[in-house]
Amino acid sequence: MLRLNQIYKVFNEGTPDEKLALGNLELQMTKGEFVTVIGSNGAGKSTLMNMISGKILPDAGEVIIDGENVSAIEEHARAKMIGRVFQDPMLGTAPHMTIEENMAIAYGRTNRRGLGFGVTKKRKELFKECLGTLHLGLENRMTAKVGLLSGGERQALSLLMATFTDPKILLLDEHTAALDPSRAELVTNLTKEIVEKNQLTTLMVTHNMQQAIDLGNSLIMMDKGQIIFEARGAAKQKLTVEKLLNEFQRIKGEKMINDRAVLI
Amino acid sequence: MFSALFNSFESGMIYAIMALGVYLTFRILDFPDMTVEGSFVTGASVAAIMIVNGYSPIVATLCAMVAGFIAGTITGFLHTKGKINPLLAGILMMIALYSINLRIMGASNIPLLSQTTIITNIQDAWAGTGLDNLLNGLLSFVGLGDSLPKTWAILIVMLVVAVVIQAGMSAFLKTEIGLALRATGDNEAMVKSFSAHTGNMKILGLAIGNALVAFSGSLVAQYNGFSDIGMGIGIIVIGLASVIIGEALFGAKTIARATLAVIGGAIIYRIVVTLALRVEFLETGDVKLITALIVVGALVIPKISDKQKEKTRKKRRLKEIQMRHDGTLPKGREEYASVKSDL
Ligand SMILES: Nc1ncnc2c1ncn2[C@@H]1O[C@H](COP(=O)(O)OP(=O)(O)OP(=O)(O)O)[C@@H](O)[C@H]1O
Ligand SMILES: [Mg+2]
Repeated sequence: MLRLNQIYKVFNEGTPDEKLALGNLELQMTKGEFVTVIGSNGAGKSTLMNMISGKILPDAGEVIIDGENVSAIEEHARAKMIGRVFQDPMLGTAPHMTIEENMAIAYGRTNRRGLGFGVTKKRKELFKECLGTLHLGLENRMTAKVGLLSGGERQALSLLMATFTDPKILLLDEHTAALDPSRAELVTNLTKEIVEKNQLTTLMVTHNMQQAIDLGNSLIMMDKGQIIFEARGAAKQKLTVEKLLNEFQRIKGEKMINDRAVLI
Repeated sequence: MFSALFNSFESGMIYAIMALGVYLTFRILDFPDMTVEGSFVTGASVAAIMIVNGYSPIVATLCAMVAGFIAGTITGFLHTKGKINPLLAGILMMIALYSINLRIMGASNIPLLSQTTIITNIQDAWAGTGLDNLLNGLLSFVGLGDSLPKTWAILIVMLVVAVVIQAGMSAFLKTEIGLALRATGDNEAMVKSFSAHTGNMKILGLAIGNALVAFSGSLVAQYNGFSDIGMGIGIIVIGLASVIIGEALFGAKTIARATLAVIGGAIIYRIVVTLALRVEFLETGDVKLITALIVVGALVIPKISDKQKEKTRKKRRLKEIQMRHDGTLPKGREEYASVKSDL
């Protein structure tokens, strides 16, 4: 479903700030695979997500989604295949527009936008039904401005908006990191539910190792712009936080430094 | 006095069309578009030169709109393709339009007093309906009979035009494209991730906004009986004043309400200026200063009242918490609150 071929990305080339963000990165994901991504700060996880979404373009290498080489396709056009949830709850929704209008914008992801009304009676029914699956009571507040929602509610809404139109790839970049523990758990559970129900091909960055182990069916560890460790299928099921840390030490010859790592 | 107010209603309605254009770029797109200072005059110039050359005033006015549309499109390209900062893109376009407007007119002023314009067209068509007698009769009836307006045509027709544009705009902003346009001004990263071409949305918004501004400019020229190279100075501030006064007085909860508020704001702005100029020591040249003061007032006063409202809200909230503590909160609210605290 997704293939990254020898991706290179250098930021600020030719300046003292030059930074190899991704170096010779290779990744393959099959349809319906749920991959969690861990790695220390600056490892290139967000850059990887941006590379797939088209927010940044590779210096070299190819991005292939569903057999189509999309390396040169712009972000907005690529977004027809991709659902995204950002780390910042403010980024995923339009605060001065209502819940139903936000849903309508998300609904438009897969089609060409026209001069028909965005929120029709029929769509309202659909939005209501989808919002109901969140069990947050948002289906009764469809005409409320999204800016009035709490961070957790906004993030749950962003998740729904990114997924209810069946994207080919779902990208989640630390989408629970800005939430307090109980809200983070709620959004994590919703993620699990939605991904399982829709069999979405998902790439999820998290700084919580336990979560990375518990969720999904594959795990990759990144460091300095490369994937240094992969565990899939049965190997993934047997992972523990301790094993992961040891693995990192064995590969790198040093202790993992991650100021945000939660090692429970 | 009455006739001065009557005139400010008339011109308020015409300027409201410009203010709706400014609302679209400034509020909806969050783009401080200085192009309007030039495109307003472009509208006036195109209409004026075509009218004196014998074109039908309707065709001339339509062409004025198209000219504004093109000006907005170019600003949009400068910003989205040329990656020029919004403010600078608008200023560049405004300066460029100054020269272009002079070229269009071939002079710095074109008088239209003896010409057939849209305004005279409307008045002629209106005269046949006999509605003036009816409305003036009404005025005399309520005791305002001593300074009857010459014609109601402009007021009524411009009101209809402004409301039709307002209704069209608020309907457009609810379409799929309209929603994407609004989201572009609200959260660009978000709407991009839902596959909207935000660059094109900005170009479209700027084009429509400037088309409205040029339309208004062409009507102002025909209403005042001349087009002048300097008539655009301060237009952006007048537009902003209308938008901000409207929001402050009538609210902006929904798009329909906000756009109606813009029309109301434009009329009130005209009335305030008219009244201010009746004060003995103020001169016509002071209008711009008054406008600036109105905008400052309209920007600052709501902030103060917001703060006041927040204080009362806080008090109410505290009381609610106290009530919940005592177990006296009504059942329905409790349910809603618990859902919220889950998250
Ligand atoms: N637009 C950019 N310009 C310059 N450098 C960048 C840019 N984006 C990322 N980088 C650099 O690339 C490296 C990888 O950044 P990235 O954001 O992908 O890290 P990350 O793994 O997501 O880290 P974190 O856990 O902190 O989110 C960092 O050193 C960062 O400073
Ligand atoms: Mg990151």
